[in-house]
Amino acid sequence: MQAFDPKTLAQDPTSVRFEPGPTEDKLILSMGPQHPSTHGVLRILLELDGEYIVRAEPVLGYVHRMHEWMGQEKTYFQFMPNMGRVDYLHAMAWNWAYAGSVERLAGIEVPERAEYIRVAVTELNRISSHLLWWGAYLLDLGAFTPIMYAFDDREFLLDILQAVTGSRLTYSYFTFGGVYNDVPEDFPKRCLDFVKLLRSRLPMYRDLVTDNVILRGRCEGIGEMDVELARRYGATGPVLRGSGAAVDTRRAEPYSVYPRFDFPIPSYPQGDAMARYMVRMDELETSCSIIEQAVSTMPGGPIAAKAPKTLKPPKGEACYAVEGARGKILVHVRSDGGPKPYRVKLRAPGFSNLSVFAELARGTLLADAVSILGSLDLVIPEIDR
Amino acid sequence: MTPDLMSFDHPLTRLVVGLLCVFAFVGLNGLVLVWVERKVAGHVQLRPGPLHVGPYGLLQPIVDAVKLIGKQLAMPAGADKYLYWAAPLLAFAPVTVCFLPLPFDPALAPMRLNTGLVLILAFSGLGVLSLILAGWGSNNKWGLLGAARSVAQSVAYEVPLLLSVMAVALTAGSLDLYEITTQQGAWPWQWYGVKNPLAFFIFLVCAVAETNRAPFDLPEAESELTAGFHTEYSGMGFGLFFLAEYASMIVVSGVAAALFLGGWQGPFLPGILWFLVKVYAILLLMIWMRWTYPRVRFDQLLNLSWKWLTPLALIDLVLVVIVAGFGG
Repeated sequence: MQAFDPKTLAQDPTSVRFEPGPTEDKLILSMGPQHPSTHGVLRILLELDGEYIVRAEPVLGYVHRMHEWMGQEKTYFQFMPNMGRVDYLHAMAWNWAYAGSVERLAGIEVPERAEYIRVAVTELNRISSHLLWWGAYLLDLGAFTPIMYAFDDREFLLDILQAVTGSRLTYSYFTFGGVYNDVPEDFPKRCLDFVKLLRSRLPMYRDLVTDNVILRGRCEGIGEMDVELARRYGATGPVLRGSGAAVDTRRAEPYSVYPRFDFPIPSYPQGDAMARYMVRMDELETSCSIIEQAVSTMPGGPIAAKAPKTLKPPKGEACYAVEGARGKILVHVRSDGGPKPYRVKLRAPGFSNLSVFAELARGTLLADAVSILGSLDLVIPEIDR
Repeated sequence: MTPDLMSFDHPLTRLVVGLLCVFAFVGLNGLVLVWVERKVAGHVQLRPGPLHVGPYGLLQPIVDAVKLIGKQLAMPAGADKYLYWAAPLLAFAPVTVCFLPLPFDPALAPMRLNTGLVLILAFSGLGVLSLILAGWGSNNKWGLLGAARSVAQSVAYEVPLLLSVMAVALTAGSLDLYEITTQQGAWPWQWYGVKNPLAFFIFLVCAVAETNRAPFDLPEAESELTAGFHTEYSGMGFGLFFLAEYASMIVVSGVAAALFLGGWQGPFLPGILWFLVKVYAILLLMIWMRWTYPRVRFDQLLNLSWKWLTPLALIDLVLVVIVAGFGG
């Protein structure tokens, strides 16, 4: 900006031009930690020019609960319930990642039936997570009703999972070497009934919501992210698959009995919010198909391997990655031979997915930023850990 | 016996009595509409809606109102005291005036004006002033954004609204709602809404936008601006905005009923009932839309108005003029 000089201005009025500096004519707005569409306690520091976002900076740490530290302070068994609380929407996957890494560390073999049960409950949990995301995302876009339908479907799911695990949200069902309880007699039937129900509802959701012209206008071309950008930030899960890369931990780093099932990996090349939306809607169907295959081919046998009451894995380290509803979940455990882990590192997919937000939101409208944020499917407690 | 406002000789007496009736009508209808909205929303969303206070939850809005009245009037620090409190009053007062030229029944027209339509449009245009004041006066950034949105929105949507109303006024050759109503018949094919469906459609879309209802509720977009212009209001400050929103919904539905659906005219039933039936049919449509659609984005909202509704309304107006020219 040129210095203001009355003399030059008098001679040539066009010589002095006002150019706003970095902080002038901008509105600094703190979106969150208490804001309806930040899904909990995420805070985003926005710099707005009108309604256009010049800069968006996520501020984290409002629900930091020191899960990793608790991992070092508790024994291997005691830390298990924490896993259901890291990402309360896909607790089973976190259960699995931790159980898997400790099993790998201690060399525990998981019986086949337990693996099938694990697959079934994790996929059920994935459906419940996606359904909740779907409802919450539409809530972000201003449609109040879909979340009620999503919760209606989710209710049946939670009933099934409650019969299996005893809880409805923060499951702590896995144990080292298998699962705690066997599934009830009618578990396969209830699963198949639910799959049938969901399949009868999905066309309605597609007609009423997905193909709605307003929704398409709010999602298509919003928050476009190419594969390069997604890779640079380490985005995984539906966020990465929405950018055209059909990468799924279940296929890329096969674990458990997933290689035995036949399922597609949905991916869309557009990279916008709509692509991420479509990936998740397709994954509902994918999960349904995996559940069908898992419960219909579930073998008999023990549900857990014999693991010592006080687990003392040998010195060493192991990590185990699973595909969560939000992306690649990885738990890295290091043991020094004692009853407690030396260090537990939790890789939360939401953290990497959120990191992209700053770049996606730049230059968009405030309403688009809300749409982008919702399309990333964030669970803030998981990000903060 | 139907109440007969016309039995008062002096126009001033008629006006005062009419105003009192309007206040009662607005208050009562506000309460009913709150119940209807919550009940309909409930049933749309697979839940029963209000249930416990009174039969079918009918007394729920009264309890809500008592709660709102009983709350402390709170104002954020740094807010402009006068503007902050003037805003809710300014939101509510003009809407009440809008009821005066509405012909509820041949005997129930509080004020017959040969410019009734203009009065309604002018006073409903005032409503946006209160939104600006609320957003600006409450010293809140969300409020300011909401206020800015409301200005652009109401400017954009008043144009096609006026044009669609003008099309009807031209056909009827009058700006008096009473006169326009009497020109239509009791049966649907005699209504202007059927004769000129394009104007009716444009009017409906603009009415939803003018009353800040979803999917055009951008000034108070909950998921984006927390609550937009009334973020800082609680208690009766919020209550008045709330009531004003419902009152203006009734006004636009009433205008739509009078302009496009033949007003009080209909077979068998008394006029006031027909009028209310038509008003509530339009209100139910608005409620249904709110609980079904996602919210549009701001530029999409403006595009819809400037690129589609305004040209369409202009074309409609030209057609009406041509038809009127040949017919007359």
